[in-house]
Amino acid sequence: MEYIIIIIGAVFVNNIVLAQFLGICPYLGVSAKVSTSIGMSGAVMFVMTLATLVTFLIFNFILVPFNIEYLQTISYILVVASLVQMVEIILKKVSPALYQALGIFLPLIVTNCAILGVTILAVREDYGFNLLEGVVFAIGHALGFALTIILFAGIREHLELMDVPKGMRGAPAALVVAGILALAFMGFANLV
Amino acid sequence: MGQLKNFTKGFVKDNPVFVLLLGLCPALGVTTSAFNGLGMGLATTFVLVSSNIVVSIIKNQIPSKVRIPSYIVVIASFVTITDLVMEAYLPALFESLGLFIPLIVVNCLVMGRAEAFASKNNTWHSIVDGMGMGLGFAFALTVLGGLREILGAGEIFGWSVFAGDGMLVFVLAPGAFIGLGYLVALNNIVKKKMES
Repeated sequence: MEYIIIIIGAVFVNNIVLAQFLGICPYLGVSAKVSTSIGMSGAVMFVMTLATLVTFLIFNFILVPFNIEYLQTISYILVVASLVQMVEIILKKVSPALYQALGIFLPLIVTNCAILGVTILAVREDYGFNLLEGVVFAIGHALGFALTIILFAGIREHLELMDVPKGMRGAPAALVVAGILALAFMGFANLV
Repeated sequence: MGQLKNFTKGFVKDNPVFVLLLGLCPALGVTTSAFNGLGMGLATTFVLVSSNIVVSIIKNQIPSKVRIPSYIVVIASFVTITDLVMEAYLPALFESLGLFIPLIVVNCLVMGRAEAFASKNNTWHSIVDGMGMGLGFAFALTVLGGLREILGAGEIFGWSVFAGDGMLVFVLAPGAFIGLGYLVALNNIVKKKMES
């Protein structure tokens, strides 16, 4: 039950894109087509879960015992960057099909602030998560990212065919659509 | 003249937020008021200028294969400094910016300038570029924060503009997206006017 509440909270109430403003770059950058947005969501889910698992262990078993929590930012970004490289190499070898699907999205993920943001949030003292809860928290946020980016891509495919005023074409129209989506997601506030 | 152009390009023509659409996460996340936007913009400017200086100095020592990880370490160090200094001297601002301070590390703007400008130019030009781009970013965040503060709370930098309640939605998440959308459109029009 506890895990279901964490997931619902992460997907709907504190949606990572629309409520917490993390991962806006891929959200606007790779949402022109539904198919690419699905690939991006898959890559984010994979890396976010793995990265949270690894950084959670590093934080609690290396940084805290040695009293060097201020190295959190540096160590986390290095873990995320090297993890992405490692995943890329392993996928290429083990599962070429999956690499084909996710390959081009993996390098983009290093600068995806959603990954770093969630790994930092997962070790916050006020949540007090254990390892499993932290990983579920990451999966929930990745699902939230997938839901919003796929919805958004669906809308943008239709937006292409609309007669938008000249100055609003492209990014401005997409941002206003994202704002309306955020308005819809506000309906979930205080759900849990 | 060349340097002046280098400095001013960040404000309208190549504004990082309105034109290049870089660093949107902090631009949307912290701009609930003009003051927060300005604080975030100046923190980012500090990191940008410092990392540009270091990158332009060490650019010849770093093998090109490991340059991206090296830049990340340089940037992350300055972000950690900013983080600790703000926590010590500006606790209220630190509290309201929260998670977005450590996330300056993954602000594409900082990495982008290190890779695209500082790694190819000398230190002085890199400082000017960092200042221009950073202040352009701060300008964009202050304008967006000011717009949201005026519409949402009826005040700017804490001074009352009109009495009564504002439109709450502009302080909340949807207002950030919609406000930025219209500002980008406005910048497009201004840019076109300037060119013609």
